[in-house]
Amino acid sequence: MSHGYLTIVPRAISLALLTIGFAAPVFAADPVKIGLLEDESGNFAIAVIPKIHATQLAVEEINAKGGILGRPIKLIHYDTQSDNTRFQEMARRLIQQDKVDVIFGAFSSASREAIRPIMDKAKQLYFYNNQYEGGVCDANVFVTGAVPEQQFSTLVPWLMEKYGKKVYTIAADYNFGQISAEWVRNIVKQNGGTMVGEEFIPLSVSQFSQTIQKIQKAKPDVLMTLLVGANQASFYEQQASANLNIPMGSSVNVGQAYEHKRFKPPALKDMYVTANYIEEIDSPESNDFKKRFHAKFPNEPYINQEAANAYNVVYLYKNAVEKANSTDMKAVRKALESGDICTTGASGKVCIDPKSHHQSHTIYLVHVKADHSVEIPKVWSDIKPYWLGEAGCDLSKRDDFSQYTPSNPPKK
Amino acid sequence: MRLDFLYTAFAFFYQFADAFAFLILCAIGLAIIFGMMGIINLAHGEFIMCGAYVTVLTARRGLPLPLAMLCGALAAALIGMALERLIIRRLYGRLFDSIVATWAISLMATQATLMIMGPSTEGLQTPFGSFELGGLSFSVYRALLPWFALALLGIVYWIFMHTTYGMHARATIQNAPMAKALGINTGRIYGLTFGLGAGLAGLTGALYAPTMTTVPTMGSAFIVQSFVTVVLGGADVLLGAAPAAAILALLQAGLTTSYGQLIGQIGLLVTAIIVVRVLPKGISGWLARDAG
Repeated sequence: MSHGYLTIVPRAISLALLTIGFAAPVFAADPVKIGLLEDESGNFAIAVIPKIHATQLAVEEINAKGGILGRPIKLIHYDTQSDNTRFQEMARRLIQQDKVDVIFGAFSSASREAIRPIMDKAKQLYFYNNQYEGGVCDANVFVTGAVPEQQFSTLVPWLMEKYGKKVYTIAADYNFGQISAEWVRNIVKQNGGTMVGEEFIPLSVSQFSQTIQKIQKAKPDVLMTLLVGANQASFYEQQASANLNIPMGSSVNVGQAYEHKRFKPPALKDMYVTANYIEEIDSPESNDFKKRFHAKFPNEPYINQEAANAYNVVYLYKNAVEKANSTDMKAVRKALESGDICTTGASGKVCIDPKSHHQSHTIYLVHVKADHSVEIPKVWSDIKPYWLGEAGCDLSKRDDFSQYTPSNPPKK
Repeated sequence: MRLDFLYTAFAFFYQFADAFAFLILCAIGLAIIFGMMGIINLAHGEFIMCGAYVTVLTARRGLPLPLAMLCGALAAALIGMALERLIIRRLYGRLFDSIVATWAISLMATQATLMIMGPSTEGLQTPFGSFELGGLSFSVYRALLPWFALALLGIVYWIFMHTTYGMHARATIQNAPMAKALGINTGRIYGLTFGLGAGLAGLTGALYAPTMTTVPTMGSAFIVQSFVTVVLGGADVLLGAAPAAAILALLQAGLTTSYGQLIGQIGLLVTAIIVVRVLPKGISGWLARDAG
């Protein structure tokens, strides 16, 4: 009885939809459907909300200029709430129900790893538009954020040259922190330095007195702080109030959650970050990007690195679809692997690397001063994501679905 | 040589006191609401967050920090009393319903704060600077927090043992119908007690506001420690909270200093599991049985 009723309802709805479909004017083109999975709420919302806005800005711009191949973009966005389970649910929904042409998004590496198998099972084209610990060699995945070889091979030697060779690392205790710390360890060793300490800290920790004391006892020249999330961000105020006073290096701060704007000076004094974009960059491309961004989102507190990455992704995808002349995922992937898919965004020209599916970057060394104003003492332009390709990942020739680390490279 | 030993001892004592202060301040509001009213308040972290936010906002408007902290505590207390009147009052004696309801309040409070205040707020600077001892430097403010925590315990003890409200509250907890028969307005007592618990949570948020990032989800940073301390301490906040926090702080400071934050956290949780198994009524239950 109830079973019969249940089957009738969807039929009635689809019949109604059909009628409406015939009645409505026929559109010249179906929209290109882009699925967006981003944390609008929860622990990561601070860094992610500018990403969502940047994606919306790019979509609006492209639609205003006639869309992709004459088709408008339809952005389907679900709030993943900084929750990995929700990422998986919403990824399945985008693939099975919404049948999107491409998926963008994810902030934390844990959430990316939660949805990557779902993408692979469905052979769904997916762009991870965020800075991360590197090493994902996956046929269906393209990565447009900066990776350790781009951030650490520049930052760590520069810091060791300037301040000394004894390095201490504190890192968030999950895949991002563990793998980033491994990169730091290797680069320190290659440059003749020593690790005087290393600690992995659970994401729930917000009190750092013991950690600060351990660092003081080890007397490092440089402290690498690979901390993630709002809880761990409390470290900076606490280290400043204990007068730790050691130059800090990071691949995540300032560029993502704009700590230099949110914390009272001098919590971040002498923090050095390698970022592929920050709002303070004063270049024609950056100023133009900021102007358009603020026109649409006048109350944005900060335009961060991931906003620049998220913006670029939409254009990279557009260029690839136009090269392929289709939204067919295989054809788009082939176009992306051609080696000439580039876009010029807020931080200059960036291109997709065919072998690793990663992206080249301009890397800015950002120094936070005692009053939390920033200077950029050095810029490295066109830094390639070289490591995966050198290690033997070549997705243009051979499919793979793994994440590799320096201690666990691809089998040759 | 002897001086070195003293420095090491002080460094460890500072770590112990720092952890002790955090645990006591985390737990005190929760312990009062749980112990006195039998309500498991999963929105405890959000009362802490509320206290921190009000402190930061009022201090940034130019209010002196101590007054701003008082505002934080008062705001949390008032919101607590309003929630008690509107929602919690209907849930006395319904343990599981109260868990679900307070959890819902917690989710709504976090999300509402995010929507109204945005994902982040500019913080405060920790006052008083730092001092140096034996090559290590310490935060003065954090060194003071344990004394705040002890003073707060003293005040709570005084409120419950030496004021009319305290006597009425204890009478209501022991036997509510009898207290009512003797003319005590038990409804008002429950409202005040919930307000007191919420206000103390707010004060915790206020005290930690200058040392942490003020974000809508900051309550979650306190919640595990507060529940572990209350579980270990048992229902009687006056008897249980201090020894429970002392034991946990000793364990956590020792383990974290020697083995790092991860082992420190694990130690905290393993202790809670063992205590629930061995002393299901917590330390205060065990002490009370010995005394009686």
